[in-house]
Amino acid sequence: MTQTPILLVLLLALTSAAYYFGCKRAFRVADGKIRKLHSLPGYYGLYVALWAALPALLILCAWLLFQGSIITRMVVSSLPDAIQQLGPDRLNLVVNDIRNLVSGNIVSGEPDAIMLAAADYYRGLLSVSRNMLFAIVLIVAGLSGWYGYSKIRAQHRARNGVESIINWLLVACSTVAILTTVGIVLSVLFESIRFFQSVPITEFLFGLEWSPQIALRADQAGSSGAFGAVPLFAGTLLITFIAMTVAVPIGLMSALYLAEYASARVRAIAKPLLEVLAGIPTVVYGFFAALTVAPFIRESGGFLGLDVASESALAAGLVMGMMIIPFVSSLSDDVINAVPQSLREGAYGMGATSSETIRRVIFPAALPGIVGAILLAVSRAIGETMIVVMAAGLASNLTANPLEAVTTVTVQIVTLLVGDQEFDSPKTLAAFALGLVLFVVTLALNFVALYIVRKYREQYD
Amino acid sequence: MTNPGKALPEGATSFARIQAGMAKRRAAERRFKMLGRIAVSVGLLFLSVLLISIVSKGYTAFWQTQMRIDVVLTADEIDPDGTRSAETLRKADYSSLIKQSMRDMFPEVSGRRDKFALYGLVSNGAAFDLRDKVMADPSLIGTKVSLWVPADDDVDMLMKGHIDRNAAEDDRRIKDNVLGWINQLEAEDRLELRFNIDFFTKGDSRDPELAGIRGALMGTIFTLIVTLSLSFPLGVAAAVYLEEFAPKNKWTDLIEVNINNLAAVPSIVFGLLGLAVFINVFGLPRSAPLLGGLVLTLMTLPTIIIASRAALKSVPPSIRDAALGIGASPMQATLYHVIPLALPGMLTGTIIGMAQALGETAPLLMIGMVAFIADVPQGVFDPSTALPVQIYLWADSPERAYVERTSAAIMVLLGFLALMNLVAVLLRKRFERRW
Amino acid sequence: MSPQGQAMALKLDGAAGAAHVATVGRDVRETVGEIRVNDPRVRCTDVNVHYGDKHAIKNISLDVGKGEVLAMIGPSGCGKSTFLRCLNRMNDTVRECRVTGEILLDGEDINSRHIDVVPLRARVAMVFQKPNPFPKSIYENVAFGPRIHGLCESKADLDVVVESSLRKANLWDEVKDRLDDVGTGLSGGQQQRLCIARAIAIEPEVILMDEPCSALDPISTAKVEQLIEELRQQFSIVIVTHSMQQAARVSQRTAYFHMGDLIEVSETDRLFIKPRHQLTEDYITGRFG
Repeated sequence: MTQTPILLVLLLALTSAAYYFGCKRAFRVADGKIRKLHSLPGYYGLYVALWAALPALLILCAWLLFQGSIITRMVVSSLPDAIQQLGPDRLNLVVNDIRNLVSGNIVSGEPDAIMLAAADYYRGLLSVSRNMLFAIVLIVAGLSGWYGYSKIRAQHRARNGVESIINWLLVACSTVAILTTVGIVLSVLFESIRFFQSVPITEFLFGLEWSPQIALRADQAGSSGAFGAVPLFAGTLLITFIAMTVAVPIGLMSALYLAEYASARVRAIAKPLLEVLAGIPTVVYGFFAALTVAPFIRESGGFLGLDVASESALAAGLVMGMMIIPFVSSLSDDVINAVPQSLREGAYGMGATSSETIRRVIFPAALPGIVGAILLAVSRAIGETMIVVMAAGLASNLTANPLEAVTTVTVQIVTLLVGDQEFDSPKTLAAFALGLVLFVVTLALNFVALYIVRKYREQYD
Repeated sequence: MTNPGKALPEGATSFARIQAGMAKRRAAERRFKMLGRIAVSVGLLFLSVLLISIVSKGYTAFWQTQMRIDVVLTADEIDPDGTRSAETLRKADYSSLIKQSMRDMFPEVSGRRDKFALYGLVSNGAAFDLRDKVMADPSLIGTKVSLWVPADDDVDMLMKGHIDRNAAEDDRRIKDNVLGWINQLEAEDRLELRFNIDFFTKGDSRDPELAGIRGALMGTIFTLIVTLSLSFPLGVAAAVYLEEFAPKNKWTDLIEVNINNLAAVPSIVFGLLGLAVFINVFGLPRSAPLLGGLVLTLMTLPTIIIASRAALKSVPPSIRDAALGIGASPMQATLYHVIPLALPGMLTGTIIGMAQALGETAPLLMIGMVAFIADVPQGVFDPSTALPVQIYLWADSPERAYVERTSAAIMVLLGFLALMNLVAVLLRKRFERRW
Repeated sequence: MSPQGQAMALKLDGAAGAAHVATVGRDVRETVGEIRVNDPRVRCTDVNVHYGDKHAIKNISLDVGKGEVLAMIGPSGCGKSTFLRCLNRMNDTVRECRVTGEILLDGEDINSRHIDVVPLRARVAMVFQKPNPFPKSIYENVAFGPRIHGLCESKADLDVVVESSLRKANLWDEVKDRLDDVGTGLSGGQQQRLCIARAIAIEPEVILMDEPCSALDPISTAKVEQLIEELRQQFSIVIVTHSMQQAARVSQRTAYFHMGDLIEVSETDRLFIKPRHQLTEDYITGRFG
């Protein structure tokens, strides 16, 4: 891949040349009188340059994206039938070994002749592909640049041309967001469907036992693996619930206090400080939960005569609640500030105290917005990963006791996918099914929350 | 409701009633206000406990116990043939030299187990330090050199007071005989806490005393470069299109709803996307910063788009009208007038997005940037890890010495985050404009 | 009611009727006319208001009589609303606003330290420019005051208060069948009368109205004005208005404010027919405004 930068530099040079000649030609067709041209000469240059660069860049990107998988497929089909007959996971290992041979890394086991041949073939294909890429990109750039160049006339609307190209570029950029969503949906959906082919969806959604170990030998005890995700959902809900019981009262009360009571100075200091909590990476919270909070809870539990697991749901939930405080408070703050001043004055003007005004007028008026904010916070808590990975347990445990260890959806996704696994086992596919559930739930929560908040805003606009 | 006139007593009586209720209402008011104060203080308390616990655990990692050893560089051992070739010098057995020097210091130690414990006082990295020294100056061979090498992490922990010397021997990682040697070394001024340069210049290691954040930091930097160079142009272009050019129709509505929802999708889902699409479909190299950058680009894009749109919105329409009024095309008005005015706001949003990407861990776990990688990555295709992932890995390691290193790495990470946010705040202050 | 009759009813305090001489600041103008009445509900002396560096109200002295409607007119930004908000200390809710001077309500200084603003505002209630019913039911809007102040022992009492207040506000017949509907769903004029009903439900002594009709159509305005006329029997009313016609229609006395000064106070008819101050005359003849 080291040639790609060289190719890019060449392409850049070609583009600059295209710009230069485009400008030159514009001057020439106008006999040096810019007034005769439809657009400024620079636009003619840009027009040619864009023609030269864009198609070539497009080809380059597509090539680089697909080159790997195409070459792999060709190499695999060149392998002896005996190897091709292997199961998908074994074949994957072989392909990995070939790739490692190509890049000169350490290989598992002694490479045999077939492997070496395949690696040579792979290397050959790679260099052919690179050379072809070089040639094709440069030729395409030259041709399309020439096409742009040949279109230059005095009355050619170069500016409009350039602008419509830019417009299409902008459209393409704004579509990336859609493509991302489509990508997410398709990737989790396809893998989930494959998962549900081996594990029935009802068992996944309603099963009470989760132990995703797949045995190495078929006759091993517990070889089947159980994929009932209810304990994970329950664990996620338990931790989310603990987090919300911490974050909602504290976040809401601080938002109300800072918005309605605090002096300008206190507000100017306390508000940004609270928001710092939101800027701290979750891995830091995870570390804090695992090394400071969990032992503390365990010890104080022992002091009270309670048996606390070393990875208790309470520790993870508590720290997650800390993290979400600023989320709740700043969203509520927006909502509270959107309550019109006239309502406050109406209450004050009749002799309501501040707390009566807040509880009886501002809070009910802001309630829909606050509910939206809390839903957003819940969706955030459900999707939070690092805190629970580091501070909640791995063992699935169907319990409502916050002092016990529970595991969550995100924890299981991480444990199933981190490390070297075959990609096609139900174990890894289960992670995608969990991802699908996570995505659907958070999406639904966000959707409802954003809808409520928007309706609420409209009410006072 | 037959006799409304009698409903309320005379004004004076109603006033008396109000007065009578005031004490209770005042108390309720005070309670409510106190609750608010408590909420704010609890929030701030959390923050300070978090920071204090990290700093108090981590600041010691910036110092490292070094041990002075005297090594006799016998020519027989290093270079028996006297060729002085780089290859020979590199392959020589320096650790046996160091073992020898330890034996020389404590001639009374005998027995396999005790000797093993004795050798364990010095870090495995000492041999590499010695090798580098000899290779830099081969003329040292045959002489006796005195050099400072990192001590083992247990010694380091003892020196920093994390291991209690007075605890019962069975509860202590350092046994009594080893403690005696350490005391002797201390008495001879052979142990010293020095600034831990290795922490900033070395990659990850299985030995805590040798582990540094350079590799993770470079991985993070490469990842962020990829992220920035993709997400800034993409985000700004998308924002410009949606705010300035897009017609109001179902399609743009869909894009808008979609962006708002993407902003709240859990980050781990982006990791799944990266794994399924970028690795399995496109075959991009696993564990590479390029891949991490792509995933983080998709993740930060909504943040940047939303911030950039807000910045564009705050540019008053009169600017556009002025440009259009003198015959500029909408594209020219946007490029030459609106975007320059909105740029500070867009940059602020981008920095905030980058800060988010800098602290992100979960999606990187999904795409394999979580392996143990001792080498410092040299480019966006090299396997690497990132600073937050390094923190995660170290936090999982059982050795006591990793705790302080994790905390120190967190301090570095938080330092970078603070810096980025500071820049964002300054940028906003400097260019804030009220129309 | 004839203009003379109104003037007689007020029994102007002759001694204080002379020009009130300004005591502080050189740019302060003297007030012309009768600032004092015989039986004041509210008596203000030398009131000054500062917003940060801005001197918004300059040394104003003025009485509000029992059972009278006092109108305050003047060009926008002249300080009439600010002065109105001094009377129940609504300016407390505005940061960096400083009020000095003496404001006596039934002989008690409301700016004094040991006065609690909560019962004060229950005695001096306020109706605002823009109708601001709470986003609750009509019933709850009216019941809000009696509830927070603990005026009613039982639900039945509360029902009675709500009905009587709505009746007094001439709104009962329009809303009696939908008391549970949201107050914000009413028309603008109904909303404003709801806000007035909300204020009178706590039986205040004084009602302050800050341009209560500026957001209403002429028919609603007429209804509110009629209501003000009726309420005068029970309450003292101070109304700020931008409409001289309205001041002439509803008030017995009118005060003209200009740039933070109180220029002239007279019984309404006299002020509009024979203004004593040049600025007043300029204003009512439409030279500026």
